[in-house]
Amino acid sequence: MEPADQPDKKPAKRKAKIAKPAIEAKPKAEKAKPDADSIVSKVLLIEQLPAPSPLHTDIASPPALMLLEFEKPIAALEARINEMRALVSEEDEMFKQLEERLKSLKKETFARLTPWQRVQVSRHPDRPYTLDYIQTICDEFIELHGDRNVGDDKAMIGGLGRIGDQSIMFVGQQKGRNTKQRQFRNFGMANPEGYRKALRLMKTAEKFGVPIVCLIDTPGAFPGLEAEERGQGEAIARNLREMFMLTVPVICIVIGEGASGGALGIGIGDRVLMLENTWYSVISPESCSSILWRSWDYKELAAEALKLTAKDMLKAGLVDDIIKEPLGGAHTDPVAMAKKLKKVILDQVAELSLLSVDDRISQRIDKFSAMGVVVE
Amino acid sequence: MAWFNREKKGIVTPTEMKREAPDGLWYKCPECKTVTLSKTHADNAYCCPNCNYHTKVGSMQYFSLLFDNDEFTELDADMISGDPLEFKDTKAYPDRIKATIVKTGLKDALRSAHGLVGGHKMVIACMDFEFIGGSMGSVVGEKLARAIDYGRINRAPVLVIARSGGARMMEAGYSLMQMAKTSAKLALLDKAGVPYISLLTDPTTGGVTASFAMLGDFNLAEPKSLIGFAGPRVIRETIGKDLPEGFQSAEFLLEHGFVDFIVPRQELKDKLVSLVAMLGF
Repeated sequence: MEPADQPDKKPAKRKAKIAKPAIEAKPKAEKAKPDADSIVSKVLLIEQLPAPSPLHTDIASPPALMLLEFEKPIAALEARINEMRALVSEEDEMFKQLEERLKSLKKETFARLTPWQRVQVSRHPDRPYTLDYIQTICDEFIELHGDRNVGDDKAMIGGLGRIGDQSIMFVGQQKGRNTKQRQFRNFGMANPEGYRKALRLMKTAEKFGVPIVCLIDTPGAFPGLEAEERGQGEAIARNLREMFMLTVPVICIVIGEGASGGALGIGIGDRVLMLENTWYSVISPESCSSILWRSWDYKELAAEALKLTAKDMLKAGLVDDIIKEPLGGAHTDPVAMAKKLKKVILDQVAELSLLSVDDRISQRIDKFSAMGVVVE
Repeated sequence: MAWFNREKKGIVTPTEMKREAPDGLWYKCPECKTVTLSKTHADNAYCCPNCNYHTKVGSMQYFSLLFDNDEFTELDADMISGDPLEFKDTKAYPDRIKATIVKTGLKDALRSAHGLVGGHKMVIACMDFEFIGGSMGSVVGEKLARAIDYGRINRAPVLVIARSGGARMMEAGYSLMQMAKTSAKLALLDKAGVPYISLLTDPTTGGVTASFAMLGDFNLAEPKSLIGFAGPRVIRETIGKDLPEGFQSAEFLLEHGFVDFIVPRQELKDKLVSLVAMLGF
């Protein structure tokens, strides 16, 4: 490691500690101003996650991140390296060796993740959510609310953003980071008004010729009593049909979980992309296990059988491309991830803008119409 | 040690001594338990003459009820399912398909056909619940897509009769995308100005509700059908409360504005004919 990194490291660590009370204060801020959490998440991103390393390494304070089972050996090694940092010079041969081992361990672990482990990464509590990405990607963002009908769904957010001189309408499910926020965001499970809000914003974008980006991250559409009363099925169905006819470019990106109709409800696009450690399928592995095996214990098997990883979905031709994540997952370096996402979005918008409206729509329809395997 | 032992194993009554009624002569209503002649039941559009319970019949019965003189041309009759994901739960998917084909005599969970209904051209696609819960996989999606295309090209109104538990899990991502595919085709039909009528029957849930079944220019429902996005069990588990009586019934959907009208099966054909005639088709 270059010595120049050293001075950066310590203030960063201190910042992470300072950021702590900010997290605890969040629920209070939320009460006063429900949308404050999007700002807080931006603060979190920038203040708490300036570099990938300080997060696991500070063993003096409890780790800021939750560790998944397969992340533990990596974290342990990182901790050891950190301990050593205080004792030996970074030029030390052994130190260098350990750093090398850490890198290869990360690489190996993440190259060999089972489908179920990828599902776990996609749900990692520290994974960046829709608003985190939007706030980092956009130079300016104005959130827009409501379906003009029954209310404003907090699980489905949207608004106009500006990246350089490119305007984009963002739509996406939003999860929460602590218990209060999770409840506030209904765990990223939208109600019918969420899907109707998304469609309203997409129609607005269409009216003004603004490209649409949908960020998908949901464990499913909300299966509640009121959701049924207000027509969850109808809301999703209408979105599917209407999204095919949108005259502006539509880019859909699965950034976390892509569960079933709840995900597809904002998932009809000219490009459908998946981040490397996400999943997209007709049902969650847990529910699949409980239905087909009549027990919740076969989720690993179900995850395998559903072929729900980005790689498998690409192989099946059901998505268009995979966006690589930083080594260790998007949560280890959210800023780098957001930068990459920004580039992909701008590139795709530019590419899609070259097509005529009719071509775009007919290609969109043809792509989805070709999906499926039958024997005649 | 048992107190009593059977002297001979198995049933020993000789075949000629058995007394059996010919299969299918009588029909017993699962709701009111009234027994009627199967013929009477069929003549009443497969509804109980006593309580009007709508028996969950399939494509064969609907085609014969609706197409004039039971004459129709079936579309894609030989299409069967592939196994793109090599899916295996307690049973390998191709084995499950084969066994179901043998058991039901159907190729998959949807049949489509075109013909005349009261003298009007019509395309009818009807789901068969007995084929893996009427689940939508690639075959259902593809057949439906082609039936809708047929209706659009020939300017024939499209009727889809939904009776399904939702998407077919064994086709995972593929089955999810059938929701998209069918909706895409309906978007084109919509643009072409050809009527699309969706008949929701008992039960219609999951991915089917969240795609083509709810997209009708006219959404019709059979009385007392269970119609919803999430199944009642899932909702009960989510909210941790019992569900109100009649929740997710056809009448509930009518009340909440998602169904145009409820139609008893005996009146279905007349209503369809009136509708398409008034639209000039």
